[in-house]
Amino acid sequence: MPSHTFVVYVEDRPGVLNRVASLCRRRGFNIESLAVGHAETPGVSRMTIVVETDAAGARRIEANLAKLVNVLQVQNITDVPTVSRDLVMIKVAADAAARAHLMQLVDVFRARIVDVAPRSVVIEMTGTEDKIDGFLEVLRPYGVLELVRTGRVAMVRGHVPAVRTGTAGEDTPADEATHSV
Amino acid sequence: MQGSPPIQAMTRTGAQILWECLLREGVTDVFGYPGGAILPAYDAMLDYPIRHVLARHEQGATHMADGYARASGRVGVAIATSGPGATNMVTGIATAMMDSSPLVCITGQVGSRLIGTDAFQETDITGITLPITKHNYLVTRADEVAPALREAFHIARTGRPGPVLVDITKDAQQASADFDWDAAAPRLRGCRPPAPPDPAVCARALELLNIAERPLTLAGHGLQLAGAEPALRALAERAGIPVATTLLGIGAFPASHPLNLGMLGMHGEAWVNQAVQEADLLVALGMRFDDRVTGNLKTFAPRARKIHVDVDPAEIGKNVRVDVGLVADLGAALAALLPGVLPVDRTRWLSRIHTLKGDAAVRDIQQLPDDGHLYAAHVMHDLWRATGGDAVVVTDVGQHQMWEAQYYRHETPRSLITSGGLGTMGFALPAAIGVRLARPDAEVWAVAGDGGFQMTMAELATIVQERLDVKIAVVNNGYLGMVRQWQEFFYGRRYVATPLVNPDFARLAEAFGIPAVTVRARADVVPVVRAVRARRGPALVEFQVEQEDSVFPMVPAGASLDEMIRRPSPIVETGADA
Repeated sequence: MPSHTFVVYVEDRPGVLNRVASLCRRRGFNIESLAVGHAETPGVSRMTIVVETDAAGARRIEANLAKLVNVLQVQNITDVPTVSRDLVMIKVAADAAARAHLMQLVDVFRARIVDVAPRSVVIEMTGTEDKIDGFLEVLRPYGVLELVRTGRVAMVRGHVPAVRTGTAGEDTPADEATHSV
Repeated sequence: MQGSPPIQAMTRTGAQILWECLLREGVTDVFGYPGGAILPAYDAMLDYPIRHVLARHEQGATHMADGYARASGRVGVAIATSGPGATNMVTGIATAMMDSSPLVCITGQVGSRLIGTDAFQETDITGITLPITKHNYLVTRADEVAPALREAFHIARTGRPGPVLVDITKDAQQASADFDWDAAAPRLRGCRPPAPPDPAVCARALELLNIAERPLTLAGHGLQLAGAEPALRALAERAGIPVATTLLGIGAFPASHPLNLGMLGMHGEAWVNQAVQEADLLVALGMRFDDRVTGNLKTFAPRARKIHVDVDPAEIGKNVRVDVGLVADLGAALAALLPGVLPVDRTRWLSRIHTLKGDAAVRDIQQLPDDGHLYAAHVMHDLWRATGGDAVVVTDVGQHQMWEAQYYRHETPRSLITSGGLGTMGFALPAAIGVRLARPDAEVWAVAGDGGFQMTMAELATIVQERLDVKIAVVNNGYLGMVRQWQEFFYGRRYVATPLVNPDFARLAEAFGIPAVTVRARADVVPVVRAVRARRGPALVEFQVEQEDSVFPMVPAGASLDEMIRRPSPIVETGADA
């Protein structure tokens, strides 16, 4: 099944992440990745949610997310040109001999070494998931000791005025709320 | 507090703010059960002109508030303490959620400093009810009480209605805060009122409607929630479109109207289900294509285009792919459509449906002689006759519920109150108490089976304590009848855990102080019902009916709507069911 990527603006309040995650679970959708952080407006958080589902499922999840009281805006950006990134930190076993090889690989993949210890290095890399997966394959023979990924964050390219969150207290225009099939 | 000028914000305790808010929301009755964590709220209640109905179980209190809401269209309010009080509400809240009933449930919570410590009677009720409420709140400060309650009432009754839970810690009830009603107005940036109907979508709907030769309207609960029954009637009459109703749609269209076909679905009328399969257009209004309505989705209405009108965008295309989905308030949608509806001659289609009725009338148990037996279907039919069809009937869940839907003819909206989506046994008796308070003018009948009645029969005490005129019919067949029917049809008559050894219901009611009578013969049904009606005050009538009767027609789960098990025709009847 294809992946669908949603940008969800939510009120920055306790429990909102739980509501979003609970809705996905309860409606039988498996979350592939979910990243959340502050958005451009104070009091508003932005989630990037990747869900494995078909087109009908994507419509269903969009409509159900929009019904949550704390959700301000939902946009399915799957078929829109986007910039999409994942950030990874990888701790790789590296003695003095391996370090030089690793530094070459890091250069090739445009990653960065952010910590060096006698027997390991921490590499940071930002990129699409494919690129990061490719890098990981190359690193595995050296011994990946630890790995952490943020999950996908995505933004629509160019000036797309579709997503509006308003400022605190301002009403959100209702046009996006109309779903006609 | 005394003598403070009215212009200034008033200082009140959180508990007082709670009641101030309920008063201003127009609440006159609440249903509840006290306990430690909600005691400050109960203590403050004495000073406010709000009637409190003391239930015998918090599930009962929630069903009462639900019945109140369904019968009146106003928000029902239930109140309980923390821990077990709150968890006992869960079934009632889920029932209201499935049937889009506007409720505000208020629970006490342990002191805010104790949250997370597994304190006595602490439970995470906002976590527990997250998937079965429209929204919920945990209030830990007195100044949050008013905003949370105002938002809760707004959310409960706006758009597609539903239950909202407000969990208030004990210290938030006890602490003081400035109470400013206006400043507490809802600020819900994520809630938008339903948009007006999209003219382009309306135009596409009208295109389909005006060329349809065999259209059928499916009328659901949403019509009654929106008060759009007159608009439905106008549409049906103008376009000459017959109307089938869902279980919760019953009452949205007068039963006696020539265009009313009756109920569709698993226990719908045979000709209605057949008509759905032959229709070339379905106009689905405020219904959600539940599996009990559609049968097998793959073969559902295969020849029909579908127009779906609902206030909830998430319902469009959820179960059935539709050609036109119109998201709007039902009243606004029908008002927008009506001027474009052309009167089309559909007598051929109507006469086809008439033909479909075929031998249905002959098979109808109404036509069968009772032969000295008491059939539950006859009881429902006679209850309808004896009450002149004017009662508000509150049913439980199971066979009697389906017979009620088939044989009690409802002419007016909100006159059948029943748990549809969740199918909650034990609903009838407490819900009828709520209906009684919401509709003081109406005759109220709780109709329950022997199984469901015993789930919440403790509420008989509530009826007595509150001096409520609720008539109760217990349809006793000595079985969990609907489950027994499934065992008969699909499990080789292996009656596992369905026979019931019952108490003497009449003596039980009398022990509570409720006059009771037992009916065993059909000839006694109407006279007993008349006698009970003539007397003010509660009464219980136990009908000892045929033990192994089944509800017909029946579409087996997962089968096509036209694959029905029919009541055997008496002309070829050999005595065996199915």
